[in-house]
Amino acid sequence: MKANSTTSVSVRGLALSYGAVQVLKALDLDIADGEFLVLLGPSGCGKSTLLNCIAGLLEPSHGQVFIKGKNVTWEEPKDRGIGMVFQSYALYPQMTVERNLSFGLRVSGLAKDEIEKRVKRVGDMLQLGDLLQRKPSALSGGQRQRVAIGRALVREVDVFLFDEPLSNLDAKLRAELRVEIKRLHQRLANTMIYVTHDQIEAMTLADRIAVMKGGTIQQLDAPQTIYNKPKNLYVAGFIGSPSMNFLKGKIEGAGAKAVFHLGGQKIPLKDYVPDAPLKAGAAVLGVRPEHIQLDMAATKANSDAYKAVVDLVEPMGSDSLVWLKIDDTLFSARVESNQHFDPGQKVDVRFRINLASVFDEATGDRL
Amino acid sequence: MSHTTAIGIVPTGPKPKKLISVERVIVYSVLLLCAVFFLFPLYIMVITSLKDIEAIRSGNIFIPTMTPTFSAWGKAWNSACTGLYCEGIKVGFWNSVRITFPSTIVSIAIASITGYSLANWPFKFSEAFFTVLLVSSFIPYVVMLYPLVLITRWLGIYSTLPAVVLVHTIFGLPILTLLFRNYFASLPQELFKAARVDGAGYWRIFFQVFVPMSAPIFTVAVILQITGIWNDFLFGVIYAGPTNYPMTVQLNNIVNSVQGGKEYNVDMAATILTGIVPLAIYFFSGKYFVRGIAAGAVKG
Repeated sequence: MKANSTTSVSVRGLALSYGAVQVLKALDLDIADGEFLVLLGPSGCGKSTLLNCIAGLLEPSHGQVFIKGKNVTWEEPKDRGIGMVFQSYALYPQMTVERNLSFGLRVSGLAKDEIEKRVKRVGDMLQLGDLLQRKPSALSGGQRQRVAIGRALVREVDVFLFDEPLSNLDAKLRAELRVEIKRLHQRLANTMIYVTHDQIEAMTLADRIAVMKGGTIQQLDAPQTIYNKPKNLYVAGFIGSPSMNFLKGKIEGAGAKAVFHLGGQKIPLKDYVPDAPLKAGAAVLGVRPEHIQLDMAATKANSDAYKAVVDLVEPMGSDSLVWLKIDDTLFSARVESNQHFDPGQKVDVRFRINLASVFDEATGDRL
Repeated sequence: MSHTTAIGIVPTGPKPKKLISVERVIVYSVLLLCAVFFLFPLYIMVITSLKDIEAIRSGNIFIPTMTPTFSAWGKAWNSACTGLYCEGIKVGFWNSVRITFPSTIVSIAIASITGYSLANWPFKFSEAFFTVLLVSSFIPYVVMLYPLVLITRWLGIYSTLPAVVLVHTIFGLPILTLLFRNYFASLPQELFKAARVDGAGYWRIFFQVFVPMSAPIFTVAVILQITGIWNDFLFGVIYAGPTNYPMTVQLNNIVNSVQGGKEYNVDMAATILTGIVPLAIYFFSGKYFVRGIAAGAVKG
């Protein structure tokens, strides 16, 4: 089977097991030329393993890897046309920055002036000019990671692999380098595959996100689609901070007349755009905190508003998270920080059903 | 407002420490006792080696002579008799040098590459291989003495320099391989991966990435091997042959061969000369030795 020509990296039926433990389960993945794909998942979901298989640093038990239409499953890492950036930077400690950058080029026996040219260009691009003669130990964490990125760039390859490159940095540097990586991708337009467990990184950087769990891809979509229309309860719960509210109840009626029963109250689902026809039965209503509107009670009796009691308020600066209770169900709503609520206060709650998600309770799939 | 102690001092800055405490006294007495225990024999040896034979016979063993002389040292080095010939211990010194250097270099070269392979290029049964190596380092040498005599004789090198070098290399390998494997295993795996992505192969990763990072563990290995081989007596006496006897064997022969009166001053001088090499190595490299042990030998 030959991969599509506009496909940069393609994975076919890739599986990897260590003894009885299946780390990757028959994965298929096509990454378009110039795409920024983020592999997102908790630790142990197999995302780094997948990246290492693409890089050729791990041998898969089954399946194939194509890069630029070429089957590279048995190729050495250096022959795959990839550059890789590691979490721990992995700079050669005894070499200067310049020699770190040029190591791969010297190995491949490139002409001296060409090496110099490339190192200089990458040095300028990443503002490493003043650091070229320093050893890695004399660099800060952010500088080290820039050198590591530079080491991937000088190879002038088509595909860049990032293995949690920002996880060792502090929050401020992480935000800075995130922007830098995004800018780099806009400028170079190379294919980039980026592994992270940080959903903010995933949302901000990705063209598409692959949310992984237990060696399988749960959903592969654009960040907004993943955020707004999560395919199942796992993806819905993993993406978004503060995380989505899951309200357990049941659907009565079907189609446009379907109504969600939550405790003693009824929420009509006529505004919801279902993926699968709504049927009566146990279901979970997923609503993000920002899609819940609160009104002080006693304004007026609204037919589509529900009565809830304020349980707890978490002020977060730009906004506040209000924890509410309907009967025994606890959920949170995001409100502007100038709105003030007190614990025990009764409020009117309005769910924006058109932005919500309804899941089948048994399968966890989106309806 | 500030709290004060019973005698009215306001606590501020570092807490004052008592000059003499029970713990200190105990620690320093134990240290002192140990130092005396180990230094006293050395003291006796040094002062005895500086006396002439008259002073030894007439004087007290603990009291240094007023007229020190290095003649015993000169005799020990140049003309002390081993029973067969009287060329001093210098013959043994040079033999030891010729045994120690090749053994150290060859054993470290093989062990570092083996350790690197075991740590970074796992092959089928590499763990089993490592276990065998580990277990073999606990087998008493004595078990292998006679088989090795037969093997070296079969190889036609028994009683020669290559035989003793070979035996030292073999017996150095288990512990050194263990040392190097653990050190290389403790280096970040991502460094190895990065080098592979950069296209470096087996030898290039070893020589250009790992070896430059491994000065501490090479230092430890060199010290272990030089001192171990220099101090060896058994392998030297069995495999080297009389013309290649190392310094330790020669020393034994000098001390045990009596012609006329026993020359304690010469014996002492010869002993100090023999011990001075490992002593000097520990003395000058102790800092690196400790650093290397801390860097790789213990963890991993």
